[in-house]
Amino acid sequence: MSEVDAKGAPDPARRASAPVLAYLVTAGAVVLLMMAFGLLMRLAQGGLLQLGPDTFYELLTLHGAGMVGIAALASVAVMWHFLGQYVRLSRGMFIANLVLFLAGVVMILASVLAGGFAGAWTFLYPLPARPMGVWDTQAAALFVGGLLVIGTGFLLLYLDAARAILGQYGNLGRALGWPQLFGRDDGRAPPVAVVASTMVLIINSIGITVGAAILAMTLINLYVPAFAIDPLLAKNMTYFFGHVFINATIYMAVIAVYEILPRHTGRPWKSNKVVLAAWNASLIMVMTNYPHHLLMDFAMPQWALVAGQVISYASGLPVLVVTVFGALTNVYRSGIRWDLTSGLLLLSMFGWGAGVIPAIIDATVVINQVMHNTMWVPGHFHTYLLLGMLPMVLGFMYFLTGDRQTAAGRGLDRIGFWVFAVAGLGFVLAFLAGGQAGAPRRYAEHLAQWLPYDRAGALFAALVLAATLVFVGRFLLRLGQARSRAV
Amino acid sequence: MYQTLAWQLSLILMGALLIAFLFVARRARDRADADASVVSRAYRIRGILFWALLVVVTPVMLYTLLDLPYASAGIDRRESQVIEVVGKQWAWDLSTDRASVGTPVEFRVTSADVNHGLGIYDADMRLVAQVMAMPDYTNTLRHTFAEPGTYKLLCLEYCGLIHHDMIAELKVVAVAEEENSHE
Ligand SMILES: [Cu+2]
Repeated sequence: MSEVDAKGAPDPARRASAPVLAYLVTAGAVVLLMMAFGLLMRLAQGGLLQLGPDTFYELLTLHGAGMVGIAALASVAVMWHFLGQYVRLSRGMFIANLVLFLAGVVMILASVLAGGFAGAWTFLYPLPARPMGVWDTQAAALFVGGLLVIGTGFLLLYLDAARAILGQYGNLGRALGWPQLFGRDDGRAPPVAVVASTMVLIINSIGITVGAAILAMTLINLYVPAFAIDPLLAKNMTYFFGHVFINATIYMAVIAVYEILPRHTGRPWKSNKVVLAAWNASLIMVMTNYPHHLLMDFAMPQWALVAGQVISYASGLPVLVVTVFGALTNVYRSGIRWDLTSGLLLLSMFGWGAGVIPAIIDATVVINQVMHNTMWVPGHFHTYLLLGMLPMVLGFMYFLTGDRQTAAGRGLDRIGFWVFAVAGLGFVLAFLAGGQAGAPRRYAEHLAQWLPYDRAGALFAALVLAATLVFVGRFLLRLGQARSRAV
Repeated sequence: MYQTLAWQLSLILMGALLIAFLFVARRARDRADADASVVSRAYRIRGILFWALLVVVTPVMLYTLLDLPYASAGIDRRESQVIEVVGKQWAWDLSTDRASVGTPVEFRVTSADVNHGLGIYDADMRLVAQVMAMPDYTNTLRHTFAEPGTYKLLCLEYCGLIHHDMIAELKVVAVAEEENSHE
């Protein structure tokens, strides 16, 4: 499974260790299942499938928790794989995270499927404790506990990454390229994989710690109702955690673009001052723009909400002007080698950049007042997750296994790519159009005038699912072939 | 209408980004003679793009901050009609379900149990304003109805099994009509 480069040396980055492959196989299987749940929800909203509201909101809870979890799992595999080329990471810790993740998944599945928990993945206090008899305390505790177990695994993994990075670079500032950013750029800044990993481990360790705190408080409250939590504090903690955690998945997965795209274009993509400035700015801004989730909570201090809007606008700049533009610069007239890997990675940069646009528009207070919690919201985050983060991971999968292609295989890849790209765009536009028409998100049933958007969304969802099935299926197939060749 | 603006602006900007990607992708296969000159030209364009975005977007953003829905200071409260709103699983309790056109309505919104969201929809089911309903807090939303009609109040924060059916009605009448009904 190793490709030989022009100098005849095998490329170590293309040799994935067994745990990385285990992460990717898990992610591939779960993403397909969660996509199927998503399709069922769009069909039900479109009136094309009868689902009781209890089933709908259980699927909603599973889809949210499952997709967020798997996004984190797959993208941390990307990070671990490439960071491991530069620092010495602990394989045991990496495996421990997968084991804890699977344990958490079992708890969440039991909570939802056996206990009927349907409090949404955001578990917004005090809903888990006040379900009007739809689920019991045990089911809620199992869900909250499952998230805690998963979070613990990731926290351990980030601590190990921190240990390894400190061992190599001495301090986090050096790993973030501060000497080159603030001093003379001697061209010896750490590679983007290291800078990005450091940024993510800082923000996500803080995010997960805050998340664990609110999860623990929720858990206590479930059994000791007298232990009440300030609902606004709970909301801030929950959205800070959720916002940082899901953003971190993209910032980890994009390492694949920085590392792989230059191999296809033959044009280096180094950490220079501008790239370093962008990553360091993102570190601050991802943690401080989360109040855009709370713009309709008028009880919040107004300065925090204004800051939420201003920083949200600012945080689009490093993404669009540095990372997306950097990818285009890397590709333009490079003599690129097109295959599914480079195609998906370029698509992912479009998806991320495109998703930033409706996100920033929605972070505008006056617009948020007529868009918040409509279908616009899943519209914008599916743009940068489905068309951004996922193609980064799929491109990484193909990078690891994509050599030795037959002509038929290449044809299938090409069809899959265009179906995925076009239907994916149609799918997110159906969400955005529904939101523009006022259709609320997280509704088991929609009014008649919103059904056309739901039905278009369902059609595109089916096509996206089919294309992803081809991608994941062929990844597994080639993995099997490679293993049998190796034996 | 902010919805239409948001939608059209998104389509235009996403479309422009798509065109940029297709343009670059089409020219990706032919190889430039000197990589360095391509990259340095790209960096120049990046600088222009950065400043252009900053110069265009900053005033627009500041302008949108002039009309925040939070400020209730400076408004003559005697002029307003107050409606107390309590969200509960799964209904809205309103102190009155009538309001009149033209004078500000002050919605004082809270919740008796979990988080809800008060979404105000006009007769065409266009969302005209919203505010979160949260236990222990009262969020005050001021809105002046421009059109009479039967408005619908939907829940916009997921609150459990019947979330999608947590709907109340608000009758907004023209001022003359309001006076007649008191006679
Ligand atoms: Cu509600």
